[in-house]
Amino acid sequence: MVARMSLGAADMEKRVTFKGWILPLCLIAPQVLVSAIFFFYPAGQAIWQSLFIPDPFGLSMQYVGLGNFEYLLSDPYYRTSFLTTAIFSTLVTLCSMIPALFLAVVADRLIKGAGVYRTMLIWPYAVAPAIAGVLWLFMFNTRVGVVSWYLGQFGYDWNHVLNGGEAMGLVVVASAWGRISYNFLFFFAALQAIPKSVIEAAAIDGARFWKRFWTIVLPLLSPTTFFLLVVNIVYAFFETFGVIHTITSGGPQQSTTILVYKVFSDGFVGQDLGSSAAQSVILLFVVGALTIFQFKFIERRVHY
Amino acid sequence: MTHPNDPPPGMVEKRGAGLWLSHVIMIIGVLIVFFPIWLAFVASTVTQPEIVSPPMPLLPGDQFWNNYREALFAGVNVPVATMLVNSLVMAIGIAVGKIVISLLSAFAIVYFKFPGKMVFFWLIFLTLMLPVEVRIVPTYEVIAGFGMLNSYGGLILPLIASATATFLFRQFYMTVPDELAEAARVDGASPMRFFWDILFPMSRTNIAALFVILFIYGWNQYLWPLLITTDPSMNTIVMGIKQMFPSGDDTANWPVIMATSILAMIPPIIVVISMQKLFIRGLVDSEK
Repeated sequence: MVARMSLGAADMEKRVTFKGWILPLCLIAPQVLVSAIFFFYPAGQAIWQSLFIPDPFGLSMQYVGLGNFEYLLSDPYYRTSFLTTAIFSTLVTLCSMIPALFLAVVADRLIKGAGVYRTMLIWPYAVAPAIAGVLWLFMFNTRVGVVSWYLGQFGYDWNHVLNGGEAMGLVVVASAWGRISYNFLFFFAALQAIPKSVIEAAAIDGARFWKRFWTIVLPLLSPTTFFLLVVNIVYAFFETFGVIHTITSGGPQQSTTILVYKVFSDGFVGQDLGSSAAQSVILLFVVGALTIFQFKFIERRVHY
Repeated sequence: MTHPNDPPPGMVEKRGAGLWLSHVIMIIGVLIVFFPIWLAFVASTVTQPEIVSPPMPLLPGDQFWNNYREALFAGVNVPVATMLVNSLVMAIGIAVGKIVISLLSAFAIVYFKFPGKMVFFWLIFLTLMLPVEVRIVPTYEVIAGFGMLNSYGGLILPLIASATATFLFRQFYMTVPDELAEAARVDGASPMRFFWDILFPMSRTNIAALFVILFIYGWNQYLWPLLITTDPSMNTIVMGIKQMFPSGDDTANWPVIMATSILAMIPPIIVVISMQKLFIRGLVDSEK
């Protein structure tokens, strides 16, 4: 979640404020404590650990400066993971936004029933990514899956356990599935907010549906589209861990090992704390860049 | 939403075939989106032999009670009822905890001047940027150091450390008219009195909307419970499902696993559907 905010000093506080400073310090203390212990300390540790490598027995840490980063950036596995993440997040974003936009446009044309369809389409949003992974795994399971069985009847031998491309396809679809609901809600709300008179005017001028869509509706939707683009990329980067862990565990041959999965597998499975921490720090910069990008966009949106 | 000066509907909307086509497209869309849930439900009502000899049936069988009873009270590693309780405690703990600390800290930031305020404000702001997935290893070490593995505190506290709710309440407080605080001050009401009697009741809708979003966020957590609940009796349902798959080549107990998936979906779906308006409002307010 990213809250919209303006950070100008002028609207930092009320003109009318209460006196005293002990009470406010007590009020803010719980949040500051929780943030310090469970956020700043671990984040600081991640940065600190990224500068060290443990010895083979895990007894001591040796300072290596930026060695972990240099090693990572020259590590073909890590580079591949970057590429995998780029492909994965692009596909998830496209596969969740395009169907959502299409359904929202169709639903927007209906006067009756749109609310019912909306209620039905919200369901997958409530389904956890890990559960979505289990559902899709069940459908495409190589032994009992219904979809893979029917594919077999048509002569297509589905096997995402061995085929990296199919594994990627499956985690993309399972990750995009729940996001269709989410994107639909935003597109639908944005479409409903477009004054009908604008569309009517274009219709009177003789613009056909597609012409109206491309020249009027889509440009008016661009703030929503852009917002969803960033949010979906963040989702694909960080919240799809459950899908990947339940369906492929990063395989086959690391073909679905996205960056967040690699932090986990190197840190907890491989026990390579220095490398895992360095990867965390790199991800930290990715999130930071996305957040700044988002705020810049939101600033613009306010002026829109 | 229709605008008051819109021309009467019907000029743009197609009638007849076009309208029907739209309905058909929506129904097909809903069916496709729904299919995975339907299939899971069907699988949770049939026997294991019906599933392992594909293709499995596409209509529900008669094993509903058997499968759900087995899942809830026997499970695979631990009864699913136990996992449901853990998930409920975690989701409510995260939602309530985050709302409480955010209400208070936003109140302090908006309604007081105190030393170090800007420093605290920026410290809190920075926590917006880093999801728990990125700092898992050191956060795990902190929790392990406190001896909080396999505890509710360990499940809940690290996920409360984010400022989204604080900023939401801050935004809301800024829209509350200054006259209210002024009147309270003139009447000699203490700040906490003002908070309880005026600010808190005014925030109720925001609190409810946020609760829906945070409940689902907490319920759907996967990686964090996976790391810190090594004891099956502390597993949450969303992460526990993966643990129900056998390692190696054994066949999974699909009816029970699918019954568990359905049970894992029900609470968040009930929350989303029953509080749909609040939920959509919360989503649009907090994210847009």
